[in-house]
Amino acid sequence: MTQEAIQLSLPGFEQAHGRWRVEYGQQIGTERIIKNRSRIEIKPLYTPRDWNGDAFLENLGFPGQYPYTRGIYPTMHRGRTWTQRQLIGLGTPEDYNKRVRIILDAGATAISLLPCNSGFRGVDCDEVDPVLLGTCGTVINTTDHMDRALDGVPLGRISTAMNDPSPFTLLAFTLGVAKKRGIPWTSISGTSNQSDYLSHFIANHMFYRLSLPGSRRVLLDHIEFCRKHVPNWNPVSVVGQHMQQAGATPVETMAFTISTALQYAQDCIERGMDIDFVLRRFTFFFDISISFFEEVAKFRAGRRIWARLARERLGAKDPGSWRFKFHGQTSGVDLTEQQSLNNIARVAVQAMAGIMSGLQSLHTDAYDEAITTPTEETARIAVATQNILREEAHLCDVIDPLGGSYYVETLTDQMEQEMVALIGKIDEAGGMYKAAEAGTIQSMIGESALAFQERVEAGDEKVIGVNSYQIDETDRRGRPTERPDPERMKEHVARFKAYKAVRSQTDVRHALDALARAANSPRENVYERIVEAAGAGVTHGEIVSLLRKELGFGHPLVVV
Amino acid sequence: MTASTLSPPARILVTKIGLDAHDRGSRIVAAYLRDAGMEVIYTPPWQSVPGVVKLAMEEDVDVIGVSSLATDHLIVPKLMDALRQAGLGHIGLVVGGIIPEDERPALIQAGVSAIFGPGAARDDIIAHVGALAVKARERRNAEFTEIAQ
Repeated sequence: MTQEAIQLSLPGFEQAHGRWRVEYGQQIGTERIIKNRSRIEIKPLYTPRDWNGDAFLENLGFPGQYPYTRGIYPTMHRGRTWTQRQLIGLGTPEDYNKRVRIILDAGATAISLLPCNSGFRGVDCDEVDPVLLGTCGTVINTTDHMDRALDGVPLGRISTAMNDPSPFTLLAFTLGVAKKRGIPWTSISGTSNQSDYLSHFIANHMFYRLSLPGSRRVLLDHIEFCRKHVPNWNPVSVVGQHMQQAGATPVETMAFTISTALQYAQDCIERGMDIDFVLRRFTFFFDISISFFEEVAKFRAGRRIWARLARERLGAKDPGSWRFKFHGQTSGVDLTEQQSLNNIARVAVQAMAGIMSGLQSLHTDAYDEAITTPTEETARIAVATQNILREEAHLCDVIDPLGGSYYVETLTDQMEQEMVALIGKIDEAGGMYKAAEAGTIQSMIGESALAFQERVEAGDEKVIGVNSYQIDETDRRGRPTERPDPERMKEHVARFKAYKAVRSQTDVRHALDALARAANSPRENVYERIVEAAGAGVTHGEIVSLLRKELGFGHPLVVV
Repeated sequence: MTASTLSPPARILVTKIGLDAHDRGSRIVAAYLRDAGMEVIYTPPWQSVPGVVKLAMEEDVDVIGVSSLATDHLIVPKLMDALRQAGLGHIGLVVGGIIPEDERPALIQAGVSAIFGPGAARDDIIAHVGALAVKARERRNAEFTEIAQ
């Protein structure tokens, strides 16, 4: 609860407050207990007795000033608005290229790339049933594929965010393309999204690629390599999204994410890296749910906690290390298949929460994202939603517009306290790596997911069109599911097989041998060898399978 | 015979085949069925068709529930074929998750008994799976009797 150390002198306050309480009690009838998703009880009214601006400089301060509660830059969205970064990825590299060029022609300065699920799984396109290929991302297995995907894309001048989990082959392919085109690596900017192997281990099984210790090693090598050779690249994006999507509450999500960042930072320190050199390039990635005020409080509290921990616990001295830079994606979990046009309204509210929290970049879901991969039209509406909020609704005029609200500040403080307590528990468990290895985090998330679902089933948590205001939709005929053209995909796989047959087998063998040696020698940087292998024509699946052999296969830990 | 009188209790395999990793739904459904007294065999995502057939045989399951949220459901008819070829045609199959309207008929024609989309009620899932398990058990026992004779 808020410290009421300093009581403002408000003549007549108690009397008026008392009168309101009586009237409220008479008119409300049976009072319901309302709790937010983090199970914090929400009062009907907040006043200066809950929050009075006490310790303003210490807890809030000014934008761009420690502890950054109100935003990490002095101008925030009034200066430079957030980056509109829509995720794209579908079909073959040529399909992707077509879509990305449309986006660039429309003025985008940042792009993203989502690989096919076969890539997430760690295999090449010729290793899986073709019906599974390219439905959720682009099939990119080689430097050659990346070259085709990025044809005509000015690599050194745009920022590229790639969903590229360990061992970061997509970046390796990109660096291969840059080399081929004579673009210096120092001009390459962007982010290795999905570099957070702990969140994968906990919430979405991506650890199938590599064992936990193997993933830990590769991430550290990746960070070290990028900081040295690709200085404008963000090698780490700590991901809260998976955990919240899997069912963690907003408080749990923020606590787990910050604990994960602490783990990576500690690992870097133990590796002998300079903490400021590393933290400056840490970024975060979150889900934004429709629980509007709770999300705003989540992000404001997270910024404050991170700044304090980075400075006090990790000993970072550069303000750049204290700044909690985050990308937000509107949550697909809140979207419904039923009456799916309603999702446009949901996404707008989620996006407002993210914007009013001061995020750095934003992806808004298309309204059909709960059902399928978005089409050009639905993706356009998602972008338009951001444009409307920015330019018509004037959400960028004021920095931290909800700051100073009795409710939002109280909630920010309450959520911060719970997050800090949870981070403390994870510290006691030996840090996030150990807590994840033991399954502790997974159990907590599983319990929260089930609890939320039970609230939905009981009607305590309303979902319009699902448990209330349902309409008969038996006649609904959705548009045909968007799937990649099977003929083009077949050609792509055939071309891939032919490519593997004609490349220099000697180069491939040498590169794989060097990679195996590096994996077995702690002194060598594995990622450097991955980048070399990618340049030598080695495929994604070959790199992953060799590393699985050398560093261990990731085995599932299932906690129901 | 009803699901609650089955002995041993209904055995349900809850799994995900293909490349999609979204498992929040399958975990919740697994917990629902478990709490309803069924024996649940739960797998992590990313199973293969032959792997699921093998597991279904070894675990002697009555019903398989396949969850798909990212377009992997077109593999389900292949699973049905593989089950029949392995002599496991008695096993009931339900699918849950996001199955677009236009691709549902292909699954139903392949023999999927029900598709549970978002918003499906807990009780409906339990009732359907329970009844399906009873039917599967009867078919299985009838086949055994035939073989024994």
